[in-house]
Amino acid sequence: MSATFEVKPAPAAPAPPAGPTVRKPPRTSRRTQAGRSLRRHWQLYLLVVVPLAYFVIFKYVPITNAVIAFKNYSPIKGPWGSDWVGFRNFELFFQNPVFWTLVKNTLLLSVYTVLASFPIPIILAIALNEIRNGRFKKIVQLVTYAPYFISTVVVVSMTILVLSPRLGFVNDAIGLFGVPAVDFLGRPDYFRHIYVWSDVWQTTGYSAVIYLAALSGIDPALHESARIDGASRLQRIRHVDLPGIMPTAVIILVLGVGNIMSIGFEKAFLLQNPLNTAQSEIIATYVYKTGLLNADFSMATAIGLFNSVINLFLLLGVNFAAKRITGNGLWS
Amino acid sequence: MSITLQGFRRTADSGTSQRTAIEETRTDKIFLIGVKIMLWIALILVALPLVYIVANSFSSPSAVSAGQVLLWPVEPSIRAYQEAFSDPLIMKGYLNSFIYAIGGTLISVTLTIAIAYPLSRRTFFGRNVIMSVLIFTMLFSGGLIPTYLVVQDLGMLNTRWAMVIPSAIGVWQVIIARTFFRSTIPEELYEAATIDGASDLRFLWSIVLPLSKPVIAVIALMYAIFQWNSYFDALIYLKDPSLYPLQIVLRNVLILNQFGGTGSQNLAQQLEQQQLANVLKYALIVISSLPVLIIYPFVARHFTKGVMVGAVKG
Repeated sequence: MSATFEVKPAPAAPAPPAGPTVRKPPRTSRRTQAGRSLRRHWQLYLLVVVPLAYFVIFKYVPITNAVIAFKNYSPIKGPWGSDWVGFRNFELFFQNPVFWTLVKNTLLLSVYTVLASFPIPIILAIALNEIRNGRFKKIVQLVTYAPYFISTVVVVSMTILVLSPRLGFVNDAIGLFGVPAVDFLGRPDYFRHIYVWSDVWQTTGYSAVIYLAALSGIDPALHESARIDGASRLQRIRHVDLPGIMPTAVIILVLGVGNIMSIGFEKAFLLQNPLNTAQSEIIATYVYKTGLLNADFSMATAIGLFNSVINLFLLLGVNFAAKRITGNGLWS
Repeated sequence: MSITLQGFRRTADSGTSQRTAIEETRTDKIFLIGVKIMLWIALILVALPLVYIVANSFSSPSAVSAGQVLLWPVEPSIRAYQEAFSDPLIMKGYLNSFIYAIGGTLISVTLTIAIAYPLSRRTFFGRNVIMSVLIFTMLFSGGLIPTYLVVQDLGMLNTRWAMVIPSAIGVWQVIIARTFFRSTIPEELYEAATIDGASDLRFLWSIVLPLSKPVIAVIALMYAIFQWNSYFDALIYLKDPSLYPLQIVLRNVLILNQFGGTGSQNLAQQLEQQQLANVLKYALIVISSLPVLIIYPFVARHFTKGVMVGAVKG
């Protein structure tokens, strides 16, 4: 897992160019190596041109465009020609009474999501791993995996239909116990639970796959020797399985915490209605409304930038902590 | 280890490995039953809403509106499906979604391989720098508005291109493809091909791609499903309803309740229209998920592989 995130500073020693022709001794400077590689493998460099242009245009140009957060953006003058206003947009945002609500809603929703959707896939994967007979295991996996492929729009509308006070079966079910029908989506205090648990419903099966892969990578000899030593199933899970998937779990947790501020816009936006905005308005939905509906580009960019920067620092911080504590990080 | 256990191995379960003759203890048996019960609960919790939706979609509008349907269609009817398939807006959305999914996938897969393959080659100078450049975009982005401005400047607003180009390459897919190329295409194969006079492109086309069908299938499916389900790009970049993908149409019908119902109707018609709208929602959910569900059993297996390739140290 960890190596998929290699951002190591380039160890500048690519193998000497393979091929049947004369091999120069490897002690050449980087520049000549690069030159030789370029001459010999120009086709590879050609292939990369268009995809790299994509990343420059659609990922890096937007980062430079973000300068409009410090400007009073005018569509005529363009991002670079507009007038500087310094940190005014940020100050205005911080002074806005809605600021704390947004930060609180975003943080609570994210932390709740991470806390709920981190352990459940692990439990599912371990449970599936304990079952060794084929069919039941396959069916459970196939079914729990399925919701991942359903679109956000459909998941949200399913949620709305299932929870609907008049039509949904959840209200029918609680009605059996004499509880009067509840308009779940109209109540702000239910929003977080609905968001998080529909998310768990959708992603648990998918996330479990990663842990199943990690579990299958554990040396069976460890299990066998634990059994000979008389370990029960539960003890083997605790002392063999859990340590075995620890590195994977840490990475997933770090990524989850790193994304804490960029909680899914789409879903929050779709689940939102005028009745529940008190808890459903998060930074991402507010950026959309400020930027595209109210056309206040500079302000929306400033808010978005604030969000991204916090997100980046969270990721770096958690990664640092994880590395200190467990020895695993994204860049190990 | 297996040798020491050989003597203990129970003869009955020759097929299942790892089960040795050390007796399952009582607590282990109870634990296993507990695990199975838990998995049954998980199965039911996930399946219940899905079955509920399908059952409702095949019921009569009046039964749905009365909330009578639970797990089996009541007064079975395909009225909702007929209605959905005869609605021009929905069909147009369906068609658009197919266009975006197929076109987008072609572009995405081509570009992904074009960058993933060179990055997998050890002789490609600067591959670590490029990889860092890519991965940085996973960590930090300019944000919604700055990206919107780029799309606007390129004149892509309100065109089909806006649906497929700005989201063309996924870094995750690049990592998966690169890992696959690196772990399955041996360097010796390249050397042999070079001796036979193959250029890099020729080698990629005639040897790497045919050997990489599994990973190409995986990333193609990932992109196709992403495109099919994508809705946000359409929301911000498209204005013209004739370009809308299915997901936007769905949102309008399912979440914003914008369907049918012209004002000049009598009360009975309005009621019927309302009942129809209710059941139509269920049918639409099924219809929109149908293409994904059809390829799902096939997809799931490959997806699992893809997730694992991405998760395995490369």
